[in-house]
Amino acid sequence: MNTPLLIEQSVKGRRGYYYPKTDVPSYPPLPANLQRESAPQLPEISELDVVRHYTRLATKSFGVDIGFYPLGSCTMKYNPRLHSYITSWDSLTEVHPLQDESTIQGSLELLYNLTKDLSSITGMSWGTMQPLAGAHGEYTGLKIIKAYHQSRNDHKRTKVLIPVSAHGTNPATASVTGFSIVEVATDTRGLVDLESLKSLLDDEVAAIMLTNPNTLGLFESDIREIAHLVHGCGAQLYYDGANLNAIMGISRPGDMGFDVIHLNVHKTLSTPHGGGGPGAGPVLVKEHLQPFLPTPDITHNDGYYSFEWDRIQSIGKVSGFWGNFLVLVKAYTYILTMGSDGLKSASEHAVLNANYLFTLLKGAFDVPHESRCMHEFVVSAQHYKEKYGVKALDFSKALLDRNYHPPTMYFPLNVSEALMFEPPESESVEVLEEFASTMIELTELAKTNADVLRLSPHSTAVKRLDEVKAAKHPILTWREL
Amino acid sequence: MSNIPVELKYSKEHEWVRVEGDRVVVGITDYAQDSLGEIVYVELPPVGEHYKADEEIATVESVKSASPIFNPVAGVVAEVNEELDGSPELINEDSYENYLYILSDVDLNEIDQLLDSDGYAQYIATLD
Amino acid sequence: MVPYIPHTESDRNRMLQAIGVDSIDQLFDTIPPKLRYKGLLPINEGLSEHEVIRLLQEMLKKNILGTSYLGMGSYDRIIPPTVSQLASHPTFVSAYTPYQPEISQGLLQAMFEYQSMISELTGLEISNASLYDGHTACSEAGAIMISSKRKSTTLLVSETLHPFSLSVLNTWALGTEVTLVIIPETERHTSVNTMIDSLSEEVAGVIVQSPNRYGVVENYTSLSEAVHQNKSLLTISSDPLSLLLQKTPSQWGADIAVGDTQPLGLPSAFGGPSCGYIAVSKRLMRSIPGRVVGLSTDIEGNRAYTLTLQAREQHIRRERATSNICSNQALAAITTAIHIALVGPEGLTDAATQSYDKAHYLHEQLSHITSLRVDTKSPFWCEFPLFFESKAQLDHAVSFLQHKGIYAGVRLGSLTTKKEDEATLIVAVTEKRSKEELDIYVRYMREALA
Repeated sequence: MNTPLLIEQSVKGRRGYYYPKTDVPSYPPLPANLQRESAPQLPEISELDVVRHYTRLATKSFGVDIGFYPLGSCTMKYNPRLHSYITSWDSLTEVHPLQDESTIQGSLELLYNLTKDLSSITGMSWGTMQPLAGAHGEYTGLKIIKAYHQSRNDHKRTKVLIPVSAHGTNPATASVTGFSIVEVATDTRGLVDLESLKSLLDDEVAAIMLTNPNTLGLFESDIREIAHLVHGCGAQLYYDGANLNAIMGISRPGDMGFDVIHLNVHKTLSTPHGGGGPGAGPVLVKEHLQPFLPTPDITHNDGYYSFEWDRIQSIGKVSGFWGNFLVLVKAYTYILTMGSDGLKSASEHAVLNANYLFTLLKGAFDVPHESRCMHEFVVSAQHYKEKYGVKALDFSKALLDRNYHPPTMYFPLNVSEALMFEPPESESVEVLEEFASTMIELTELAKTNADVLRLSPHSTAVKRLDEVKAAKHPILTWREL
Repeated sequence: MSNIPVELKYSKEHEWVRVEGDRVVVGITDYAQDSLGEIVYVELPPVGEHYKADEEIATVESVKSASPIFNPVAGVVAEVNEELDGSPELINEDSYENYLYILSDVDLNEIDQLLDSDGYAQYIATLD
Repeated sequence: MVPYIPHTESDRNRMLQAIGVDSIDQLFDTIPPKLRYKGLLPINEGLSEHEVIRLLQEMLKKNILGTSYLGMGSYDRIIPPTVSQLASHPTFVSAYTPYQPEISQGLLQAMFEYQSMISELTGLEISNASLYDGHTACSEAGAIMISSKRKSTTLLVSETLHPFSLSVLNTWALGTEVTLVIIPETERHTSVNTMIDSLSEEVAGVIVQSPNRYGVVENYTSLSEAVHQNKSLLTISSDPLSLLLQKTPSQWGADIAVGDTQPLGLPSAFGGPSCGYIAVSKRLMRSIPGRVVGLSTDIEGNRAYTLTLQAREQHIRRERATSNICSNQALAAITTAIHIALVGPEGLTDAATQSYDKAHYLHEQLSHITSLRVDTKSPFWCEFPLFFESKAQLDHAVSFLQHKGIYAGVRLGSLTTKKEDEATLIVAVTEKRSKEELDIYVRYMREALA
């Protein structure tokens, strides 16, 4: 069922919306040589057609509000409806970022409190809410580390150590911030190989980027030893907070020895993914890195909140204003709602869910590691690829026909035909059991009728796409200019 | 089984090299094109530019990956294979017939440091 | 019981039994005891929804709203309620990035349409599905320009860029090989001739902004020609609504256009979320960062949208990526697209023209106040500087109007370190202001300066 493009529904002279009539005189326009030469060809549509268009498009999408979304490393938990109610308030939306400080005390207090709470949750000293996404937080964190080394006149530190199982943003961020990457091996337990690490540590290493639990869903139990070794050679530890949902209230990256961390509020703190954003990536640091945090900082004196701009060692600004404010409001609201007891319970149930689903599925798949997992786990469909020609991709596409969003595929890179599942704590035991029995059904189908999986999906709005054509001859706009 | 013509030289980055007088023709091996899958785009270097050995000189893209091509021997780009512009999949069809670029002003001694066909065959056996 | 967690005692027991442990606590036994946090986190105890609402309402009473003449990258514009209603559909909001195109055609088509609209506004052929904001978009443009010219790592940047864009660019260049050369302004305009004279082999690109930080609509005649002759690239940053009236980046010969779509359908909201846009000429298509939606077909020949050109992205390029962007501002971009669809080209032109006329009206009225100076020569759209006799006088006037419920403008001195900016107020006027409001502004300004 094809929904025509807006431009295909356009009718000359049709209009959706009328502004109030102007009540000031007309002024001579811009000089001719500065004026736009030809009008943009934008669609002319009635209001009802716009409403129908987007409402139809919305029915051709899938969200947590519709069904189970076990994407590993994404923490697709329920986005409380309370949040979108609150972020519709005028007292939040109608405030300009450059208003006089005395008139924005509410928003400043909220950001201050959020920074304080996130510091407490993670065991860090203070932070910044400016980064606009997780990867942006990584960028900010590495800039801080670079500034720190330079402040100590240590200019040799050009390398960042990253496990091969790391999320792609880690090496990309290291590269963008001017570092070279050295890969750290994982051992047979699935954890950082300490011997490999020791051989790589020298005075040219600026930092190591880790996530804990790691991308295989395993807790890096040697983390204190790792921290000791890394600090011992003068480097810093960076924590990628993507997997924080496993350990809130149970263990804190600050206590593990990390110097700087970022959080993904659109994962751990329930803010909506929005089809790919906006999220936010607050960065929290230990005291020795506080001077390098982006400017401005938010300070508090006797009940009055202010911006602090006078910060000589700061790395500067990483984004325009003060962060993705409305997204941060949702994160703060979530913390208020859950509280110390609720956040701990969330992590406990996330880990419970993952272990339960792992128990239900592990008989049917190869597992890279037998041990229990934390909030997510990885299985491999390698066996089905070899014996029946059914790959991880085929399992995923078959799930689409059964109203599930598939798990993460082909990540981490060091597991072949990987499928990574993360069933967040907002999913009930019934959802997990139904999902597991569907997955088992698919494994049976792989053995008896592999084509059903290989040719799926069958019942979705469109079938498998010609990705090659899209990449070879990209068409990225509705008309060629 | 990968096709590895005996008359060519090879790098560990899966490029092949053919000497033609004082010019050198460079492409990617059968092993490389097979690993990449269907190639959708090739980014070739500008003609006239000098590149050192091991310098990143081109990129071969498939839907799911983008592989850097590291120049096997130092030289100046004399020609690029313009057919790849509209039909990058030619490399999948025959990766030895369809080269990437040709270098001039090459130090032919550097060629000796590359692998021969047996050496390359042994090398890729260790990868799988 | 904790909200959003459905498990009952009986659920937990069933699960623990199947897993083969006695308690949830046992599931954490791979965490060394020294790293187990003792007690509860030092934050609030969980509150009921009702209590949360009341707490926040109380806190936010301390935010004071007023009639806003504040701009500098965030604008108080008319947003039809229909826009946020359509954008808050649950399957847009609670969706992940559409990596599974078969079930995400709606989201993908909405993004494809957004890309097309940005392309139309800027005149450049290729747009992506959004960046973080207009300021970081400048550094993404910088990355493209540098990767396009071998061995060139210098960018020429006009001093008339938004101060925060300059700051973000500085931070981006810190610790890398990038050199930023700031070309000083000439009377609130980009010094185009100086910029042209500064071109050299090391220069990979040039970044300018129009309307600039003073609201001036700039003239880039002969700039792109000189830049291209130098084998470099040109980036122009623009307010997207201004592009209905002023010459587009494409018409100036630019290779890259960036900016922020906040003025198109997004509230000011204390600065975020907004949405950065980037559009490039066709030959730079494979260098564009971030997510890009393309049109293809499925195996049955149906029209189908999908994320494409992913080979450039961080999850594939990893350390060879030129950008690390992963999440972008997808929902904000869709909100912008809905706004553009609803108000249409006529509506956008109306809003842009009203902003122009209302700003010029206020400018004219204020020019009659003797202790104020205005720039009567520079062409402007909807934002202009007001020059006071001293910082003290400016502070007094701003404070006076604030007490009357009017946010008179942005103190430029609070964003820059230039002495001459201390007595300058940047005033923004949008289609949302009425003549009555504008006359009140003038009246109070007169009173304040009397």
